[in-house]
Amino acid sequence: MTTHTAKRVNSPFVATRNACKLCTPLGACLAFAGVAGARTILHGSQGCATYIRRYMISHFKEPVDIASSNFSESATIFGGRENLRAGLANVTRQYQPEVIGVATTCLAETIGEDVGMYLHEIRSQSSADDPALPPVVHVGTPSYCGTHAEGYLATVHALVSQLAEDGSSGEHVNVFPNMFSPADLRYLKEICHDFGLPVTLLPDYSDTLDGPTWDDYQLIPEGGTPLAAVRRTGQARASIEFTCVHGEKASAGRWLEDHFHVPNHRLPMPIGIRASDALFDALGSICGGETPARHAAERGRLIDSLVDGHKYLFERRAVVFGEEDLVAGIAGLLGELGVHPVLCASGGDSGRLRSAIAGLVPDQAEQIQVRQATDYADLEELAGDLKPDLLIGNSKGYWLARRLNVPLVRIGFPIHDRVGGARLLHVGYRGAQQLVDRTINTLLESIQEQSDEGYSYL
Amino acid sequence: MSESSTTGDTLLSGDASVTATVVREELLRDYPAKTKKKREKQIVINDKQRGEDGSLHLPVVAANTRTVPGIITQRGCCYAGCKGVILGPTRDIVNIVHGPIGCSFYSWLTRRNQTHTPTDEHDNFMTYCFSTDMTEENIIFGGEKRLRQAIQEAYDLFHPKAIAVFSTCPVGLIGDDVHQVSAEMKKQLGINVFAFSCEGYKGVSQSAGHHIANNQIFKHVIGEDDTERSQWSINLLGEYNIGGDAFVIEDLLERCGIELVSTFSGNSTYDQFANAHMARLNAVMCHRSINYVADMIEKKYGTPWIKVNFIGANATAKSLRKIAEYFDDRKLTENVERVIGEEFPAVVEAQRKYRPRCAGKRAVLFVGGSRAHHYQELFSELGMETIAAGYEFAHRDDYEGRQVLPTIKIDADSRNIEELRVDADQEKFRESDRQKGLKREEQGYTFREYDGMMAEMKDQTLIIDDISHSEAERLIKMVRPDVFCAGIKEKYSVQKMGVPCKQLHSYDYGGPYAGFTGAINFYEEIDRMVNARIWSRVQPPWENGSPGTESSSPSPTSLEEMEELEESTNS
Ligand code: SF4
Ligand code: SF4
Repeated sequence: MTTHTAKRVNSPFVATRNACKLCTPLGACLAFAGVAGARTILHGSQGCATYIRRYMISHFKEPVDIASSNFSESATIFGGRENLRAGLANVTRQYQPEVIGVATTCLAETIGEDVGMYLHEIRSQSSADDPALPPVVHVGTPSYCGTHAEGYLATVHALVSQLAEDGSSGEHVNVFPNMFSPADLRYLKEICHDFGLPVTLLPDYSDTLDGPTWDDYQLIPEGGTPLAAVRRTGQARASIEFTCVHGEKASAGRWLEDHFHVPNHRLPMPIGIRASDALFDALGSICGGETPARHAAERGRLIDSLVDGHKYLFERRAVVFGEEDLVAGIAGLLGELGVHPVLCASGGDSGRLRSAIAGLVPDQAEQIQVRQATDYADLEELAGDLKPDLLIGNSKGYWLARRLNVPLVRIGFPIHDRVGGARLLHVGYRGAQQLVDRTINTLLESIQEQSDEGYSYL
Repeated sequence: MSESSTTGDTLLSGDASVTATVVREELLRDYPAKTKKKREKQIVINDKQRGEDGSLHLPVVAANTRTVPGIITQRGCCYAGCKGVILGPTRDIVNIVHGPIGCSFYSWLTRRNQTHTPTDEHDNFMTYCFSTDMTEENIIFGGEKRLRQAIQEAYDLFHPKAIAVFSTCPVGLIGDDVHQVSAEMKKQLGINVFAFSCEGYKGVSQSAGHHIANNQIFKHVIGEDDTERSQWSINLLGEYNIGGDAFVIEDLLERCGIELVSTFSGNSTYDQFANAHMARLNAVMCHRSINYVADMIEKKYGTPWIKVNFIGANATAKSLRKIAEYFDDRKLTENVERVIGEEFPAVVEAQRKYRPRCAGKRAVLFVGGSRAHHYQELFSELGMETIAAGYEFAHRDDYEGRQVLPTIKIDADSRNIEELRVDADQEKFRESDRQKGLKREEQGYTFREYDGMMAEMKDQTLIIDDISHSEAERLIKMVRPDVFCAGIKEKYSVQKMGVPCKQLHSYDYGGPYAGFTGAINFYEEIDRMVNARIWSRVQPPWENGSPGTESSSPSPTSLEEMEELEESTNS
């Protein structure tokens, strides 16, 4: 197969060749999938909903149901209010959802649909035949600004800012994850539980996107953050959110702090030892307790394994790609392992990836090449010269790995050429342990494969 | 009078009350009046009536109508049909998607069409995903400049033979003239550059995109290269080489001595399309997606077309014979019979092995625009019954047969899709081919004929067009089919309910299923699915007997017992 690697050093490409980002409403769909009894409607043409469904399904290998307001050509001219009205009514009748999420596609945004106003009109003008609508949360997610990561955070922000209520302070803590796996979410809940802290995790798709077989037909998969809990986020004793690249405009934690005085803790994604320490520290300070023994023990085992595994990892060179926060987190972990994250790249364009990485890997900040708004073709051109030993990122890096002939450690989203994407752990001590073990084993496997002798005792 | 003696056949073995009528009513039950009125015409019982003269009368299926907002559909968009389905499998045209990133990203290698370049030096851009990745600024001020630059970049990078541009939803709204930009760049670069106005909101499904793709390929590519082709040359239209199907068919044709000029569009190249008008016969596999090209070639160049089907061993043999019959040459007929003779023993042996294990089991198929029909062949070769079926994006003719074409009403959604006016090409029209066709027709050979899905399905089975997600789940609950054929979007909800789901878009990473060897692969695969032991393990032992238990087999309590049990379920 021919490979084309014409380089453009001076003028960057205008077109995107093999994008390293997905579109904004996908993030919205993922976040809405973590609310109990929720159904999502994408306001626009049906193709986007179908594509996003199939993409999420191929990663999670679970049902993902997203409706569409299904614009016709005339709706693009006269507006989509009637389509939205019909969509809401049909979704309500068929699924009796507890909440409906409405996210816009590029089409709706291009014609300037005012969904908030539509919802207001639809509610105030409903007739006796219309079913009573549940709460509807809407979020604007044009893909021509932002990526799926922004869509995800914007949706969490929309859920909180449109549903949260003030009231007497509760005992619970809000945890607003970033684009984590269902396994990560389960583990975060477990950690909070072990601290004795009641937690509202929003979103929580740990069951809805990684569930068991069904005894009986389910209209909407069980699980997710209950609506009442979303409302009570305004009464939490604190919020924790994980991002070091996204601005505060889309910060659910910041919104609650501003409106309901819920103190917000903004942490990097808890990937690697230091970033996980920061999470355990924050939880400890919120509840005034110590890191529970079994988690401290996990940390101990992690450190022990690093001492043992260091010889395989030291001075290795890695290329990392994916969402900005994930890339920053992985860079932090690699720094701790003695691996050089020689190239850190994302299709996202927050403008803050470099400073985030500098904060997490201060001693290597100078040497690390950081690329934002990049694509896989750029990556390939850059990575070849850097002679990496491994790639860390999602399945879309497969071609890069194949061409460079270096192994790929699959993490994040999407993973559609392996099973178990939903069950990969990234966060906390346990997540770091898994990443370290997988990374070392991947390297060992490639050493073994390339060795003439075929060592079996490494 | 109805074809079958017992109207109201049951769809669920062992329960005579679950007839198509009962299931249909249940599926329609909760819809509000307006939606119900629409779905009533799309959920239809295959009530086959014979007229006095023996002619078959089928109920009307209101296919190719817009899905109601809020109903979760299998359907994709016009762009998906155009770029993803028709142009996606061609390896040496650089496809640039003009629009925001998602539309391009989601169609990047997500269909499993395969391609083989003759050498590593040949172009293959299929692993590449090119997008103008529009920004807010482009949405406000227009994206033509960006598109022009993207075309230039693609050219500088690859120097391809052709570049194709695909419009996504926002493009139509901001008014970028993709055709003008393409024409200018064609002139400037000296290669073929053409565009598709396949914005996702056009039409009601992928189908609109197929039509638009057919039109533009016909306008801009077919007829560019007049290299002569042999007497026994054909195009294979509507075969997309999922899982290597086209490779199997290519091999069969070659062994028969039939020259394959082009395939639309599995394992295809730009040059094949350019030369397609020189083939002497068009063989149409997927009628839905490609019949327009067949019709247009016939009008302009005189090449007649026939419907074929290479899914199913019998259908494959029949199709090869039909091609040979058209060319009417003893040598060719001998070749075809020899090839069929070489292939069939293995098929029969496989049928002997798998039929007893699968016979009597029930399948439902909801997929595509031809597969839900074609794959019924394979199930019937296994002795399995298709109790319900429907297409995702087909039209009435694909259900009821082409004879209904004159009676199809054109609605607003279809009116927007251009019908090209095509006249005979003064120079290139081959009168001899037309005459040959006319002569064959007199002898009783049929062209342009497709009877559709329903004629071949059993009487009183259930037809569901554009099945929705919730209808599919209720259908499963009621009839508990032994296998459910659909795509990845349905796969995991079907399997959550304890029914195996065979993907007929991607083949579950298996295949090929075309031709004789493909049929054998399919038998094996279906046997594996419908007889898999995992379904009996869904229920944990501590919940024995609670509702939803599918397993009739006892749960083993030891390894020996388990092995014994597996032995017995195996044999
Ligand atoms: S139009 Fe926008 S929302 Fe729809 S698939 Fe394309 S990028 Fe995503
Ligand atoms: S924006 Fe339009 S073209 Fe793109 S995926 Fe959505 S419906 Fe299809």
